[in-house]
Amino acid sequence: MLDAPITELSASLRAKRFSSVELAQASLDRIASLNPALNAFITVDPERALADAKAADALIATGSALPLLGIPIAHKDILATAGMRTTCGSRMLANYTSPFDAHVVDRLARAGTVLIGKTNMDEFAMGSSSETSHFGPVRNPWHRDYVPGGSSGGTAAAVAARLVPGATGTDTGGSIRQPAAMSGICGLKPTYGVCSRFGLVAFASSLDQAGPLARTAHDLALLLNAMAGHDVRDSTSLDRPIEDYARMLLMERDARPLAGVRIGLPAEYFGAGIDPGVAQAIDGALAELRRQGAITVELALPNVGLSVPVYYVIAPAEASSNLSRFDGVRYGHRAAAYTDLADMYRKTRAEGFGAEVRRRILVGTYVLSHGYYDAYYRKAQQVRRLIADDFRRAYAQCDVIAGPTAPTAAFRIGAISDDPVAMYLNDIFTTAANLTGSPALSIPCGFDASGLPIGLQLQGPAFAEARLLDVAHRFQQATDWHRRVPTMAGNA
Amino acid sequence: MKWEVVIGLETHAQLSTAAKIFSGAPTAFGAAPNTQASAVDIALPGVLPVLNRGAVERAIRFGLAVGATIHRRSVFARKNYFYPDLPKGYQISQYEIPIVQGGSLSIATPAGEKIVRLTRAHLEEDAGKSLHEDYHGMTGIDLNRAGTPLLEIVSEPDLRSAVEAVTYAKRLHALVKWIGICDGNMQEGSFRCDANVSVRREGATTLGTRCEIKNLNSFRFMQQAIEYEVRRQIELIDDGGAVVQETRLFDPGRGETRPMRSKEDAQDYRYFPDPDLPPLAIDDAWIERVRAGMPELPEAMRERFVFEYALQAQDAVALTADRETARYFETAAKSLAAPVERTGKLVANWVLGELSAALNRDERAIGAAPVRADQLAALLRRIADGTISGKIAKDVFDAMWTGEHGGDADAIIAAKGLEQISDAGAIEKIVDDVLAANAAIAAEFRAGKEKALQSLVGKAMAATKGKADPAQVNATLRRKLSN
Repeated sequence: MLDAPITELSASLRAKRFSSVELAQASLDRIASLNPALNAFITVDPERALADAKAADALIATGSALPLLGIPIAHKDILATAGMRTTCGSRMLANYTSPFDAHVVDRLARAGTVLIGKTNMDEFAMGSSSETSHFGPVRNPWHRDYVPGGSSGGTAAAVAARLVPGATGTDTGGSIRQPAAMSGICGLKPTYGVCSRFGLVAFASSLDQAGPLARTAHDLALLLNAMAGHDVRDSTSLDRPIEDYARMLLMERDARPLAGVRIGLPAEYFGAGIDPGVAQAIDGALAELRRQGAITVELALPNVGLSVPVYYVIAPAEASSNLSRFDGVRYGHRAAAYTDLADMYRKTRAEGFGAEVRRRILVGTYVLSHGYYDAYYRKAQQVRRLIADDFRRAYAQCDVIAGPTAPTAAFRIGAISDDPVAMYLNDIFTTAANLTGSPALSIPCGFDASGLPIGLQLQGPAFAEARLLDVAHRFQQATDWHRRVPTMAGNA
Repeated sequence: MKWEVVIGLETHAQLSTAAKIFSGAPTAFGAAPNTQASAVDIALPGVLPVLNRGAVERAIRFGLAVGATIHRRSVFARKNYFYPDLPKGYQISQYEIPIVQGGSLSIATPAGEKIVRLTRAHLEEDAGKSLHEDYHGMTGIDLNRAGTPLLEIVSEPDLRSAVEAVTYAKRLHALVKWIGICDGNMQEGSFRCDANVSVRREGATTLGTRCEIKNLNSFRFMQQAIEYEVRRQIELIDDGGAVVQETRLFDPGRGETRPMRSKEDAQDYRYFPDPDLPPLAIDDAWIERVRAGMPELPEAMRERFVFEYALQAQDAVALTADRETARYFETAAKSLAAPVERTGKLVANWVLGELSAALNRDERAIGAAPVRADQLAALLRRIADGTISGKIAKDVFDAMWTGEHGGDADAIIAAKGLEQISDAGAIEKIVDDVLAANAAIAAEFRAGKEKALQSLVGKAMAATKGKADPAQVNATLRRKLSN
């Protein structure tokens, strides 16, 4: 049942081939059998899921045609959910329950989705492997000794293993796209401001953006349709006309559906350091896009190589401030014994945060401190603008920029967890979209020699989501990478 | 060698918005602890600030009132530090680009008007309160105040004495109330000042090392604290020591300042632009809308009062001390509608005299005076047209104050028969009676004792219970005695 994408599940629900309760139960059963091995979920709430599903079935009976009605989903555990704990994968919030829903959580609930549970992640979304969670590492459904990518690795693993057909993630430097690539599914980071950040526990406020992960581009469009929208509670949320992100997918086209679409290939995305298996898969994908009529354009993004260093100044700087609220005073973890206020802070935060979070708080505090601000933070913001300028010039020559989502397929659990710089280089192709605020997605486009999935990243200028989804959808109409089932998932 | 005192003030004025600066929670004072703290104010995970445009509007109003530059683009920044009553671990303030830059305020000094330059004024949020009593050695946190909008107004170091600093602070206090951006309630902390104080040898061109005195929440304490601090610094230097840059607290009980933290302990606040708030954009149309809604400012009104109502400058200053007094005066003066060159002074005297005294006695605000401006004007009209004397008018005023006859001056005058006796025949008769009964005093006057006349006037007034027109009595007596 759960092997079908949302579009098909939705049609089946409306055709009453099965009920939402049956679908939710199937999801819960799969979680019960596979999650112990995957560790994709931190919290599962069967009672609530079945109640939601029952309500959805009642609505379906009235003939409601909401496209997501009755579809089981999960949220990354960094999105606040009233009545279901929101841990951010941290000991600090291990028992924290929010009194409110995040805006995107609320939007998806209003769209009739059935909330199954909350997915595991790198602590406070800081990581590229989903190994830093207080609740233990997430495993890749394609090979349980490998990471699923991160930080939305729980969501990626859950969707790849057919535990749920779609789920939310958040992307600060690639945290939707990179796990989507490494887990063989699709993930979209929208334009900054398209989805409200209200209720998204902040990691780096100027970069954070929630988005969907699913198994087809069409499903991403349906989920984004529900998630996007202006929210007065987020001053960076954009007030713009509602758009149907699936509108271009449904247009009838001839045998060359991508005729006239210009796809930019930055030299910087095809150089050294890319795994040969990844390079080969990307070449294959580009050939398919050309076959469908797309024109590829070689171009340059001279400053894009600075994305990772710029990102690893700005993101920790913002994080060091955003995470100051976790001080043990009002909620969350507080050390059991302490001598005075400073000692309470020190112990609470040393116990509550894991090593990677502490590292980033230290880096962020350093780059903002007196005497270093100009050399690091201000300089990073200046270079951020240069990178944005590069992309602006590039989009004068092309509609979409293509390349690998990550330089390699998934790596073994523990292989680089002690080498932060090697870990940070996973984000080499993804951070630029966060720094520039532009949309980007990743779709499966092949496998490496070890049988691990590889992702193709498509980026576009602000508000190009519908275009990116269209290109991805046309690609998926002619390929079956996205239909491959991970070994661990067995028959769904 | 003489010393010069150099003072700059940083003033936190709480802006009079109903809701907080970044959340919709109410700002009312005195609620039970933590009942006015929303999810945003207590910084739950996932909340975001949304700017209250009412706070911005008030900052613009201030900028316009002091002739400052209103930045068309200003930036909110985070000031990072840990404290239990600071829920986010940072305060949202403005740092590199404040909303208001420059401007000035003129103050009256013995040497004449003095211009005090303002550096800037910026928007920020207040923190909560730590309560150290009643918690058995623990600290209670009340976050009701967290997120209350503040305008921090920074002066240049242009003030040269404690008295000048207090004059400036009072002037600023009156202004923020006048333009309706702050209730000025110092007991509730709506208006609080920090003073940066240094001393230098007269003629020196560089500034001495300064100390910052925190949280001066009354003008009296400000004066005491600065005077103490100046003495302390001078004695220190005279004794061969040096002033250490530090933050000091004023202890009103002991009348002295004591160290709070030194520059070495000063925190690195790691200011950076708040990524949750886009730069604050203010267009010309917004500024013009605010300008159109601005009240007439005190200086302009003062000049107009002197010109339109023929007032002494001193009276005009007193009448424009606050907006309610000015409004009361002008309503009464306009209502009287007699030639203002004559009546302006009369109204001013009554507002600043009888009315002000009665308000003080009853501890009432002028807005709550039992005698309305138009009612006072009705009383003064009867002085102006000679119906009653100024002395009788005071009795009528007292009756009005207690609400007799609904505060109607004419009704009280009629009911009590207080009309002035100005009929020549009647006065003639009274004077004749007084002269007949007091021949000895009359003789003294004729013998050249000028003072004797006053005694006779007094007796005539007493005989009429004060209703006779004293000028007329006086003239009639003189005429008869010189015959």
